[in-house]
Amino acid sequence: MFEVYLSLFLKSVFIENMALAFFLGMCTFLAVSKKVETAIGLGIAVTIVQFITVPVNNILFQHVLKEGALAWAGLPNVDLTFLGYITYIGVIAAMVQILEMTLDKFFPALYHALGIYLPLITVNCAILGGSLFMVERDYTFAQSLVYGFGSGFGWALAIITLAGVRFKLKYSNIPVALRGLGITFITAGLMAMAFMAFSGIQL
Amino acid sequence: MKEVKKALFDPIFNNNPIAIQILGICSALAVTSRMDTALVMSVAVSLVTAFSSMFVSVIRNRIPSSIRIIVQMTIIASLVIVVDQILRAYYFDLSKKLSVFVGLIITNCIVMGRAEGYAMNHPPHLSFLDGIGNGIGYSVILMGVSFVRELFGSGKIFGHVIFPLAKDGGWYVPNGLLLLPPSAFFLIGIFIWILKTWKSHLIDEA
Amino acid sequence: MQVNSIKNTMIVTLAVSIVCSLMVSYAAVSLKPLQDKNKVLDKKENVLRVAGLYHEGVDVEKEFKKVTPVVIDVDTGEIVTDKNIIDPEKFDPKAAVKDPKLSEPIPPEKDIADIKRRSKYTVVYMIKQDGQLKTLILPIHGLGLWSTLWGFIALEGDLNTVKGLGYYEQAETPGLGGEVDNPKWKALWKGKQIYDENGNVKLHVIKGTVDNSKPDAKYMVDGLSGATMTSRGVSHMIAYWFGDHGYKKFLQKLKASLQQENQQGGAS
Repeated sequence: MFEVYLSLFLKSVFIENMALAFFLGMCTFLAVSKKVETAIGLGIAVTIVQFITVPVNNILFQHVLKEGALAWAGLPNVDLTFLGYITYIGVIAAMVQILEMTLDKFFPALYHALGIYLPLITVNCAILGGSLFMVERDYTFAQSLVYGFGSGFGWALAIITLAGVRFKLKYSNIPVALRGLGITFITAGLMAMAFMAFSGIQL
Repeated sequence: MKEVKKALFDPIFNNNPIAIQILGICSALAVTSRMDTALVMSVAVSLVTAFSSMFVSVIRNRIPSSIRIIVQMTIIASLVIVVDQILRAYYFDLSKKLSVFVGLIITNCIVMGRAEGYAMNHPPHLSFLDGIGNGIGYSVILMGVSFVRELFGSGKIFGHVIFPLAKDGGWYVPNGLLLLPPSAFFLIGIFIWILKTWKSHLIDEA
Repeated sequence: MQVNSIKNTMIVTLAVSIVCSLMVSYAAVSLKPLQDKNKVLDKKENVLRVAGLYHEGVDVEKEFKKVTPVVIDVDTGEIVTDKNIIDPEKFDPKAAVKDPKLSEPIPPEKDIADIKRRSKYTVVYMIKQDGQLKTLILPIHGLGLWSTLWGFIALEGDLNTVKGLGYYEQAETPGLGGEVDNPKWKALWKGKQIYDENGNVKLHVIKGTVDNSKPDAKYMVDGLSGATMTSRGVSHMIAYWFGDHGYKKFLQKLKASLQQENQQGGAS
């Protein structure tokens, strides 16, 4: 049993890396990777939010939205899957807000470190993407816990690595017009190709 | 009139959402291996951006700041659901190919970014045009990237054979890399390079 | 009125919610019949495609009248006539695999195609002409490199010769594994044999190109270049679905009953 979860975790971190295999959360991935410290902060924030929202959305999907899921309420024929998008994004926005308030109240130090990144996370496609993939693959609650953590962690790993590479790029002699965003795109492309080497590994 | 022109045309080159504002990149990478999916995505994003900006702008003076983000999100998500439902009903094949990426328009930063950054302090008609303009700016890149990827990756344009492939008896040996997602990074990177060489005031010191 | 007052916040929230919910529900409810129709049509089209009856501009509904869907019990290999168990019109193979009531786990040592569970019942399609079985279409699925491939395989009336193969859903690497959709590759399957003389599944995808002069060529299909994992996945799928745990029992029983029918037909 344990093996199943371990393989799901490794798969979501490396083989199906949110940022480098599915290209989700790219906007923040490219914009907030100038410094390693900020990348670490954002990475942690994404992991936490992903770890909370994927399981919460999983509960909602399994018990409310799925076709026939409302059988416990005496409505076995109701199919609310079309409300999925709005529900998931609502949960994400609410969770981010709650997390922000909780951190502010109980962990002010952490809030100061992560606070500025939290609003960015609501519009991070990796978070919504995580929930949508969870729905598409019909994960159980336990699987969604593992998947939420793994996919968030994988994203964090990718952004921290990119920040490290960009830091080194400062010392390279790049054509003027390619500096900044242009070279970042190309770097990310090369990283994505490197991550493709994980594809096809069967766990 | 000048305002109108600026709202509509500025986002195409001078302030392109993908190349300059770094917004809405995820979908630009994932759906560009074929031109038909890229076109549908462009139209969908343009319409959602335009209408969400317009609606947000209409009620902008009534939105309390505490629930600003969630109100915008609700409007955007509703529009995306409508678009998704329409695609599923009328363009079933394409909606299958786009899979989760239609849903991910919700978190396409262009939509949210324009609602928050422009529509909150501009009148509805300008917001609508700004949405269309940004949609076109996004489409230009998407169509450009998908044109290169489909033509050189599979020898076709909109599914019509342009270069007959060697394995089907033609002469063209396709570049397989272009069908893989990382190639979109390289193409966008090169596009930015060209754009910044052409409009040199856009070069940032980073 | 103050924009940031609690009252205004409530009003805006309520108004936005109501307007948006109306819009969304209207779209969802009014477009639902059309979407359902699309899904059914899409499935029929896939069946016709594998059987070689589909070409551009064909009337799918009309053409599909030639096809008879039949519900079978995969475990026993019997045809199920009780409509209450499964309605062939509405049967969704993907949903059935997930439904614990309709599916069962595959023992790991038998799970060649790496699919974990298999539905107890499934819908197969038969095309008959003048009372003779011309084509039998069987649903198959299995793991490729990235994704589960879902498709159909069509057999000739002898229940051993392949007539066609096609996948309606796959997300393999475009240009490499994605070439399972290439019509040229799919055409290679026509005329291949599944079982050898002893009744063992022999058909598989090889690495490289088949040497047609070899006697075993009829059991081999060219590999997809650059897509070892996808090719292997397709081989495993054939091995599983035509093996003991798959359709073998059904095919044997069907063959026996067809022979019986033919003998009776010959006598009269």
